[in-house]
Amino acid sequence: MGKRKDGPISVSKLFFKRLVRTINIIMSQKKSDSSTMPIHWEYAHAPESTDHVQYEMQYGLFIDGAFSDYDPSKSFDSVNPATGELLYQCTQADEKDVDTAVKAARKAYEEHWGSIKGSIRGKYLYRIARMLQERAREFAVLESLDGGKPIRESRDIDIPLAAAYFFYYAGWADKLAYAFPAKKVTPLGVCGQIIPWNFPLLMLAWKIAPALACGNTVVLKPAETTSLTALKFCELLQDIGLPNGVVNLITGPGQTGEYLVNHDGIDKIAFTGSTGVGKKIQQSIAGRNIKSTLELGGKGAYIIFEDASLNEAVEGIVNAIFFNQGHVCCAGSRLLVQEGVADRVIELLKQRMATLIVGDPLDKNTDVGAINSQNQLNTIQRYVDIGLEEGAECFQCEGNIPSSGFYFRPTLLTNVSQSSKVVQEEIFGPVLTVQTFRTTQEAIDKANNTPYGLANGIWTDKGSKIFHVGSQLRSGVVWSNTYNKFDPTSPFGGYKESGKGREGGVQGLAPYVHLESNVEAEI
Amino acid sequence: MSREQELLIIPKTYKNYVGGAFPRTESGRYYKLNSVDGKHLANVCLSTRKDIRNAVQVARKAQASWQNRTAYNQGQIIYRIAEILSGRRHQFEAELESLGYSKEVAQLELESAIDLIVYFAGWTDKVQQVFGAVNPVASHHFNFSRQEAVGVVGMLAPEAPALLGALAMLLPNMVAGNSSIIIASEKLALPLCTFAEVLETSDVPAGVVNILTGKKEELVGHFVSHMDVDALIADPTLSFELRKELEVGSTSNLKRLHFWATGCTVDEIHSTGKSVIENMAKSAKDPYRILDVQEVKTTWHPISE
Repeated sequence: MGKRKDGPISVSKLFFKRLVRTINIIMSQKKSDSSTMPIHWEYAHAPESTDHVQYEMQYGLFIDGAFSDYDPSKSFDSVNPATGELLYQCTQADEKDVDTAVKAARKAYEEHWGSIKGSIRGKYLYRIARMLQERAREFAVLESLDGGKPIRESRDIDIPLAAAYFFYYAGWADKLAYAFPAKKVTPLGVCGQIIPWNFPLLMLAWKIAPALACGNTVVLKPAETTSLTALKFCELLQDIGLPNGVVNLITGPGQTGEYLVNHDGIDKIAFTGSTGVGKKIQQSIAGRNIKSTLELGGKGAYIIFEDASLNEAVEGIVNAIFFNQGHVCCAGSRLLVQEGVADRVIELLKQRMATLIVGDPLDKNTDVGAINSQNQLNTIQRYVDIGLEEGAECFQCEGNIPSSGFYFRPTLLTNVSQSSKVVQEEIFGPVLTVQTFRTTQEAIDKANNTPYGLANGIWTDKGSKIFHVGSQLRSGVVWSNTYNKFDPTSPFGGYKESGKGREGGVQGLAPYVHLESNVEAEI
Repeated sequence: MSREQELLIIPKTYKNYVGGAFPRTESGRYYKLNSVDGKHLANVCLSTRKDIRNAVQVARKAQASWQNRTAYNQGQIIYRIAEILSGRRHQFEAELESLGYSKEVAQLELESAIDLIVYFAGWTDKVQQVFGAVNPVASHHFNFSRQEAVGVVGMLAPEAPALLGALAMLLPNMVAGNSSIIIASEKLALPLCTFAEVLETSDVPAGVVNILTGKKEELVGHFVSHMDVDALIADPTLSFELRKELEVGSTSNLKRLHFWATGCTVDEIHSTGKSVIENMAKSAKDPYRILDVQEVKTTWHPISE
């Protein structure tokens, strides 16, 4: 699993490797020469066009296959985080709306969706996947407008992955018997699903695709600040002719989510969000015979061993913590670096951070976009202040950031300890803490020493170390010599207080089905 | 002296089983159990919060090394339990009869218990093969998902069947790589206490299985609030109030909570014991319960030159 190749190397390859090494040495000399005279690369503004993208200024709810009228008496605003200006207005679903949505989902489940052939369900899901691919650019622009993430990420990651999840689970719809050997598989019924604002359409796909594949119907509540791609998705469902009531969308704040969780007509709750809210939900459904999956917070460790390829590891850090402004539950927000290379890694990281472009999410050059909301910006600032009070040293990259909108500079906090608040608690922003370790065991202990257990990263060139450390880390995902990779075939989810259940892969089907014994043979 | 007096039997002191030792409850409290014909059988420990805390501590210590044993070794250790139990089955049958079981039902429970141990012994080295996965991700990465132990698991054994019900909870957890703390049936506590002697004389490492006796309504709250317990297993025959307490309380640190139908009431054992045990023996052979008390860990690694 290491980066080194153990097999024989041909002469030409050897020559090539030497050549590369020579060039590297020359380059590194140049780099050290230039350290006194930093080169500033100028990037011309390269905005993604929004011309072909259309959306309404006001939206109603999507229930039973149709949009209700926008209701100004229950309106809430959604702003563009890049500018702070109003983008569109939504209708806040109240208890009655939630009831209507759940009943529509129940009706669709009982009359149609719960009993049709898996192959038919699969065909609908394939259509969704294809239509998302066709309209990918439009969805990408909307996602960046609404949520503040760089267009490069929504274009290359969020939207294509969302389509891929639908395509993957489409194929499972008529193969469920193979997913659960010796079991008879039946759907649960109506699923209440509540998703966060960090990956709006992708989280929608993670939730809806497996639920529908297994024969359930859905009432989904997007996050208050990011309803737009979910609303556009419902337009797409009308286009593909998904039967009415199979997917219902209720927009609104946490209160709307509470109505959904407390509704008697749901069979399952799937929630992605904070650990605090996840625990509350779990309490609300106690004694009600409701299944749940929770995808909650994290505080991922990013462990760099001395034998790691440092340049690659530093590039990996950027992806681990500054991807999507650090609004990632599995972000590698705690850097654990082995003492011998700590100074070098921090130096390289600072150099790399200096090149990050923070700004307009729609600019194709942008590395770090806008913070999703004023609230979140305040939270991040508060945590950094706490860190400073606790004695942390703070490094932030320089350069211009827009004067309006919500932005936060990529931030490095050194001189922190295991008990520091910024080390223990999830910040959900572009803030990385740095700790060092001497022994492998110390790295493992530090990595495991939070209530969370969602994801961790290991950087080393030694394969056996990856398997050893990986087996000791208490987290649902281990990225070795990589970070923040996602795929529909790959189960994702947390240990400990990072949640329960898995999304993605064959394991992601289990939360959406009832299993009964199907073993007839003598055992 | 009559022969009966000369051969005065030596009654056993029934105690908890924690960390491979047989301590009394630190509280010194007990309750009395009588045989069906009204004779005093035992003073049984009424365990407390402190006993649970001690048990969790040793269970946590034992868990990693149990999980890290090879699957082959785990399988042999579990199989060894069946060997030892098989050799002492008549003792258990007599104990069950003293608690009111018919001879037939007592024998059936022992047969089923031994069978169930052998069944799960065979799963240790198959779980990964049947339920693990190599995932074909759409990028140049090798990606695989493994089943791993959830950690320390608390179990509230059903009131009946005395032994089989507890084993139906314990065995999936042993296969999963967890360490266990079982609260025995209150009315039929003795067979599980005696089973601790079987564990002690087989090769199960100390602390991997711990057995406490006491009142569930006193102990549930201490189980759910303990932040170093990772999962709880109970039987749906538990009262609604206790089930709800489990569901609400286990959110403290998001314990995994599962209700496995492994038991029945003591009355049912006396009235329809045979069919109950036959059904239990069948439904207990469910490898998906192993998955309930495991976590899925997915590992990525790039593929490149």
